[in-house]
Amino acid sequence: MSIAANNIAHLGVNLEATNTPISSDDRNVAIKVLEGTPLPTTRTEAWKYTRVAKLGKISFTNEHADLQDISNFIIDETKCTFVFVNGHYAADLSSREIPSGVTCSLLSESSAIGNTTLKLEGEVFNALNTAYLNDGVEISIDSKAQVEKPIQIIHVLKGDHVLSNFKTRIHAGKFSKSSVIQGFFTVGDGTNFCNSTTEISVEENAFLTLEKVQYESESSFHISTEQVQQAKSSTFSINTLTLNGGLVRNNLNIEVNGENCTTHLNGAYLLKNKQHVDNHSVVDHKVPNCESHELYKGVIDDNSTAVFNGKVFVRQDAQKINAFQSNGNVLLSDNASVNSKPELEIYADDVKCSHGSTTGQLDEEAVFYLRARGISEKAARKLMVAAFVEDVFEKIENESVQSFVNRLLKERFEWDF
Amino acid sequence: MSNYTENELAQDLENQEYKFGFTTDIESDKAPKGLSEDIIRFISAKKNEPEWLLQHRLEAFTVWQSMTEPEWAHVTYEKPDFQDITYYSAPKQTKKYESWDDVDPEMKETMKKLGISLEEQKRLTGTSVAVDFVMDSVSVATSFKEKLKELGIIFCSFSDAVQEYPELVREHMGTVVPTTDNFYAALNSAVFTDGSFCYIPKGVRCPMELSTYFRINESGTGQFERTLVVADEGSYVSYLEGCTAPQRDENQLHAAVVELIAKDNAEIKYSTVQNWYPGDKDGSGGVFNFVTKRGICGTNSKISWTQVETGSAVTWKYPSCILKGDNSIGEFYSVAVTNNFQQADTGTKMIHLGKNTKSTIISKGISAGKSHNSYRGLVQIHKNAENARNFSQCDSLLMTDECGAHTFPYIECKNSSAKIEHEATTSKIGEDQIFYCLQRGISEEKAIGLIVNGYCKEVLNQLPMEFAVEAQKLLTISLEGSVG
Repeated sequence: MSIAANNIAHLGVNLEATNTPISSDDRNVAIKVLEGTPLPTTRTEAWKYTRVAKLGKISFTNEHADLQDISNFIIDETKCTFVFVNGHYAADLSSREIPSGVTCSLLSESSAIGNTTLKLEGEVFNALNTAYLNDGVEISIDSKAQVEKPIQIIHVLKGDHVLSNFKTRIHAGKFSKSSVIQGFFTVGDGTNFCNSTTEISVEENAFLTLEKVQYESESSFHISTEQVQQAKSSTFSINTLTLNGGLVRNNLNIEVNGENCTTHLNGAYLLKNKQHVDNHSVVDHKVPNCESHELYKGVIDDNSTAVFNGKVFVRQDAQKINAFQSNGNVLLSDNASVNSKPELEIYADDVKCSHGSTTGQLDEEAVFYLRARGISEKAARKLMVAAFVEDVFEKIENESVQSFVNRLLKERFEWDF
Repeated sequence: MSNYTENELAQDLENQEYKFGFTTDIESDKAPKGLSEDIIRFISAKKNEPEWLLQHRLEAFTVWQSMTEPEWAHVTYEKPDFQDITYYSAPKQTKKYESWDDVDPEMKETMKKLGISLEEQKRLTGTSVAVDFVMDSVSVATSFKEKLKELGIIFCSFSDAVQEYPELVREHMGTVVPTTDNFYAALNSAVFTDGSFCYIPKGVRCPMELSTYFRINESGTGQFERTLVVADEGSYVSYLEGCTAPQRDENQLHAAVVELIAKDNAEIKYSTVQNWYPGDKDGSGGVFNFVTKRGICGTNSKISWTQVETGSAVTWKYPSCILKGDNSIGEFYSVAVTNNFQQADTGTKMIHLGKNTKSTIISKGISAGKSHNSYRGLVQIHKNAENARNFSQCDSLLMTDECGAHTFPYIECKNSSAKIEHEATTSKIGEDQIFYCLQRGISEEKAIGLIVNGYCKEVLNQLPMEFAVEAQKLLTISLEGSVG
């Protein structure tokens, strides 16, 4: 199938149609959406605080690139690691020792995959991903499988003006327990764009944890969408750790379709220079007796901007929902800004829902306290900032992710505790 | 009492007719239906307005024509047909009364039913409340005017102010809410008929609560009130606004504009009890209340909005404060109650521009029946607003499983010395609390009244005495037996 690339001239995309197993229905819809939908502007409510017009001015391509060493990007020493460079699978860098109870396949290797759960209508980036998908992984966890080692997906962008449309599909079978790590990195300072989508279904009584580490260059763009569907009595946790990246937008959509589900959404974002990080989340409680906990914390320095938009829906008759949402921000510089929009839309009465949002700065008295005990001002401030975001980092259960994150924090923010 | 079931309660509530639904029969001088430049000229001529005001109206009309109705609010309703509204209607006896005895007895009766009889108030302390009574679009009775005059306080209808103090009006009108602000503000600027004007001179502390009671009276008349309160340097005023409307089957449009100007060191306290007709239990009829209210603060000044919103089919209202001067304070206290098919999208905007500015937002929403109640607020800290401080609390109480409570706060911060806190909770009325009351012989109905009044106490405490009683009554009336 060939797609006329100039139809989406407003996205500056200059791509060849790829040979992926996306169903032709989905692809046709996606192409139509791309043809008819302009890039969102700040007049679009969901993009009120994030400007993406720049993307339309860059002509992206999707070239292969050689990468020799990725030891810096290995988060966990697991033997089940998939590495993608510019969205293309790098066999020599990956190791495919698939644990028992797990089936993993490359999307480019499969002949057909099911229809997408992503919303395409009006969603330019989802449509772009669907129409021009490069590659990705499909992970399927068998029923009752207890997978101890995480499955790791490393995505690296290298070169300049590279656009990668990347997809992960995860299916966690009944009563299974597993975790997936996603790492997004760049090599060099090119203006690259990673457009990633993740479709997840968590079956009855399954446990799934997704650790997402974003550490891309300050000149890069990253837009990712997670579409999660939870069945009865399942538990889903996601930790989104944004430690670097030029313009980062995370869309996290969680549909809670079965009763007695638990959902944890944690996120930390540490920004400096001119970074812009936008975290959007929607938790849609469609059925009764569920709970969701959301905790996002951010530190915003220099000229950077952080955006938080969390929405909790409680549908009619979805009684006995406990939904909690909390967002904390610390501003370290006069030119930093934060836009927070925690929203509740509730159509059932027997619920406990709350949200809180704070914006402030480090407590000068606490800084003074530390200095009085011989800790330098600089170190005292770092200590305070670290303590502030620690709430989120301590939610990471995987120790290797924790130490990897610590290494990145040391590298970028000179944290050393 | 023990035999009184929930269903019966619900039945009682549904059948409860709007208590203030009555119509006063006074012939009125009406403009033909519809909106055009000619109608605006007609209104302006009728009110004997100066040329600049007519130009102001016409400009607003041009702007309005290029605008579209906003759709972002969380409400659904049939859009009003702006050509099917009478934009001017004045009671025929427009002659001003010299004394209270000259007032049309029928009108006195109306006021009595509203529970705000002037006679009674005059008898009380003689100084408590001055009322500028607005029936339809023209003020017909003003009291305490003389007394206020001694202090140099101007409190009169907007049209009188245009005649008597044109410079003051011209200087301040449209400075807080420009004609281009939004669809309804533009409409109001084009066709407003009357309203209140209040000016407190430098250093004067207004000794009484100033109060205006609004009433929509003529069938099919939209009311476009314009209120302008100017508190000059170092002055203080407490202003009350209350609304009740008679029962109607068709929707009535109310698009008011309120502008508050608090100059340096001044303080304005603006309280509203809004009880327009909310529509019947099937959701037909009711008032559309699309109001633009905004105040601007000078250095060290304070503006405080308090509102109790129980009426209207659709409410779209965001009393806001622009904290322009250093050390200025903005406050917003709100109770919004919706029942049956009512919809409310209300909240506030706190724009921090000056240094050391503070704002407090306390919003209590109560939804019952099949209603929807949304809080929508904006806290914006600009780059130069050092040490700005905001505290927001938005609580929602849900009474039935068919209603909705929503929160849409926008928090934008561009200064690192700002401290912003926002918290919101949503829950239902505590069954154990009701049980506790029942156990002690308090009926369910009374228990709910008790709990709701306690829940809203923080806001009700902000109301002046005169209003607090009425507000409590209203809360009880709007919510009796509505627990699901």
